[in-house]
Amino acid sequence: MQRLPAPVHPLAWWLWAIGMAVAASFTTNPLLLLLLIGVSCFVVVVRRGNAPWARSLRVYLALGAFIVVVRVVFRCLLGAVGTGPVLVDLPRIPLPDWAAGITLLGPVHVSDLLDGLYDGLHLAAMIICVGAANSLANPKRLLKVVPISLYDIGTVVVVAVSVFPQLAESIARVRRAQRLRPVPGGRWHLVRRMIVPVLADALDRSLLLAAAMDSRGYGRRGATSPRTRRAVAVATVIGLIAVSIGIFGVLDGQAAAVFRWPAFVFGAVLAAAGLVFSARERTVTRYRPDPFDLAAWGVSISGLAAGVLMLLATEYAPAHLSTSTDPVQWPIVDLLPLLASVVGLIAVLVSPPRAIQEQEVVA
Amino acid sequence: MIELTDVSVRYDDSRPPELREVNLAVEEGELALVVGRTGAGKSTLLGTINGLVPHFTGGRLSGRVIVNGLDTRDHPPREMAEVVGRVGQDPVAGFVADTVEEELAYGMEQLGVPPATMRKRVEETLDLLGVAELRGRSLATLSGGQQQRVAIGAALVTSPSVLVLDEPTSALDPGAAEEVLAAITRLVHDLGTTVVMAEHRLERAVQYADSVIVLPGDGVVRSGDPATMMIDSPVAPPVVELGRLCSWSPLPLSVRDARRAARPLRSRLGMPGTRTRPAGDTTLTARGVLVRYGDRVAVRGIDLDLAAGTVTALMGRNGSGKSSLLWALQGSGVRTAGSVVVDRVDTATSDPPGPVALVPQTAADLLYLETVSEECEVAGPAARDLLDRLAPGIPDEQNPRDLSEGQRLSLVLAIQLAADPKVLLLDEPTRGLDYLAKQRLTEQLDLLARNGCAVLVATHDVEFVAGSADRVVVLADGDVIADGPTAEVVASSPIFAPQVAKVLAPTPFLTVGDVAAAVGSLA
Repeated sequence: MQRLPAPVHPLAWWLWAIGMAVAASFTTNPLLLLLLIGVSCFVVVVRRGNAPWARSLRVYLALGAFIVVVRVVFRCLLGAVGTGPVLVDLPRIPLPDWAAGITLLGPVHVSDLLDGLYDGLHLAAMIICVGAANSLANPKRLLKVVPISLYDIGTVVVVAVSVFPQLAESIARVRRAQRLRPVPGGRWHLVRRMIVPVLADALDRSLLLAAAMDSRGYGRRGATSPRTRRAVAVATVIGLIAVSIGIFGVLDGQAAAVFRWPAFVFGAVLAAAGLVFSARERTVTRYRPDPFDLAAWGVSISGLAAGVLMLLATEYAPAHLSTSTDPVQWPIVDLLPLLASVVGLIAVLVSPPRAIQEQEVVA
Repeated sequence: MIELTDVSVRYDDSRPPELREVNLAVEEGELALVVGRTGAGKSTLLGTINGLVPHFTGGRLSGRVIVNGLDTRDHPPREMAEVVGRVGQDPVAGFVADTVEEELAYGMEQLGVPPATMRKRVEETLDLLGVAELRGRSLATLSGGQQQRVAIGAALVTSPSVLVLDEPTSALDPGAAEEVLAAITRLVHDLGTTVVMAEHRLERAVQYADSVIVLPGDGVVRSGDPATMMIDSPVAPPVVELGRLCSWSPLPLSVRDARRAARPLRSRLGMPGTRTRPAGDTTLTARGVLVRYGDRVAVRGIDLDLAAGTVTALMGRNGSGKSSLLWALQGSGVRTAGSVVVDRVDTATSDPPGPVALVPQTAADLLYLETVSEECEVAGPAARDLLDRLAPGIPDEQNPRDLSEGQRLSLVLAIQLAADPKVLLLDEPTRGLDYLAKQRLTEQLDLLARNGCAVLVATHDVEFVAGSADRVVVLADGDVIADGPTAEVVASSPIFAPQVAKVLAPTPFLTVGDVAAAVGSLA
């Protein structure tokens, strides 16, 4: 089959990323987490276009690094309760009784450092996986998948998502401009001189985008009465919340039975009913929609496979999904989790090159 | 087509109303030009037409706005979308899709147009605006003029009966602005679309208008025939100023009309008096400045000298390397090769504030404090005095973000000048400024040059250059293609010639001020 350059359905990239993030959520083994991060970054670098949102990966990587650092620092300085060899022996500062559970300073063990590191990496990997989706799939195209009964929420989400990468651009611009002004004393100035212009810029842009969308007819409604519409919207939102609770319950393993599968099924039915109803009153048509074609299936399956394989690993090869920090051990990688971490690479093989990129080379 | 009856708009009870009892009618197929100073309520007036004011912006609107039989009271903007298409100042901010084709289709998708019809109308619109070859391109890679034409196409594709344009050319270079205005006039002629347009650069737009809506301030609105309304409009293009100066009647609105009226004047005028601003010693010496970003070369080894006491204009298309050159000269931007020397020191090695001050394109990026006085304090002891000299009467406690474009520019100028730089660079300072604010900026630059500063202004604004610069440097594709005294460079170019030069050619007058001086000396 000849593969024509074409964009992959945005939902496919999101499913892929969610699969990768789920895989990351099941393990704290640093090698597996680094592998997952590496795979996400590789896919982004190979398959992203050069539109503004595609450049946001660096921001997510920076956010991930920040999380790791914060996690390690907090763990070592505020919650050092580990055992094993001591790395630095800081004096413990006694806290009053009402602050029980918090320890300030005290001896820092190797296990504290590693626990913080692994925990931070765990969270960072999930964020970078989702960030990868944001760089690969145009968030604005996701708008087309948003049902009209979720109009207001959809607008908020889309404006927020599309502002984030633009934020990266305006940060670069403001930083360049601020270099023209001498640095006054005080650390407060350093923070303010970046934050104030960037936020003002982001706010202005969001308002302009929302006004433009409104003037072009986004969110027009059919003939349904406002009351029915509101009821359907509420039902859909409750349904989605129930689905979230259900997923959380299933993953948590300690939640009450009601909050597990029953909540999930109830929510799914309610949300589906709401979406079907609103889809029927929807007056929007689609211009040359991205087909959910073979490539899209391939991309989503390769990501979801990562999640599923890692889930299977928790069942069949759970031994080294988390790495012991006391005694300190070099992390070991089993075959099944290894497969789960790299299966996401298939996305590169099955997805065609970006259409937009090709044309820009010509232009 | 559009009818406003007793419309008043108030955003805040403590402030005077933006619009006060406006009665206005725009007929079908008319091109109505909205004229007024910055902050006179132009955007508010345009916003009422599709209901963005007050549905989106908030505030209180009394009276009625009826467009093609639809009252904006009962129809929010998204329902007015069928009747009114809207194009904003910054096309990029309003883009929803990522390729040209999808952007055009977006509005129709929302209105539920059947897919087959959509496909056909997208093709027709691509042809109508001459952007067919751009169909699959990413919007981010288009030039400003192309982006704005796509934005107009996107508003037009649903075939609305009214098109509202809020300063569609303010961000464009002269060529691109011409492109966009040509597209707009074509729509009015061929499709009979009613167009309401606000525009700062009247020199381009006023000749095409069927009626002019003037907002003199205080929320009042007057409208009527262009030639009548321009007689006492608070803002006017040079050709109208010239007509007022010579009391021509009827008032000419285009260069063509003015040339015919100017026949006796041309024979009477001698040569223009030279503007007296003596050039000093060379302050800044740049040799072989090269800027490249990866494979793209933005500035190709430019040599440039700037003399104290002169104002030099840097012109050229969008993307011709003007901004890159400014940042490279300043010292904090990318400079791949070459040297820029001020006072025997290379600018790249000096910490801020160096000997070269730069006012960036988005001047507001430099401001981050809550009040004008705080900003001035941080900048240095001289800033407040400078600000009072540049723009008197800005209160201390004002938030810099609430200032008008012109006032904000003055504040940034004062901040950057507080360190007493030898060289001042400005990147597109005239964007969003009306004629009076530009006049003010011209005076400010003159004051600085007379105090021994070397000034370099990157700008698209031909009339501003004619009035303020001693010398013009034109860039194309990273190279200097012309460098010389303003009169020589500008008057000989078909695109860069100011209106007065076109009217009075071959006598080399550039501005109404020059003509007034010459006429005064005759009398």
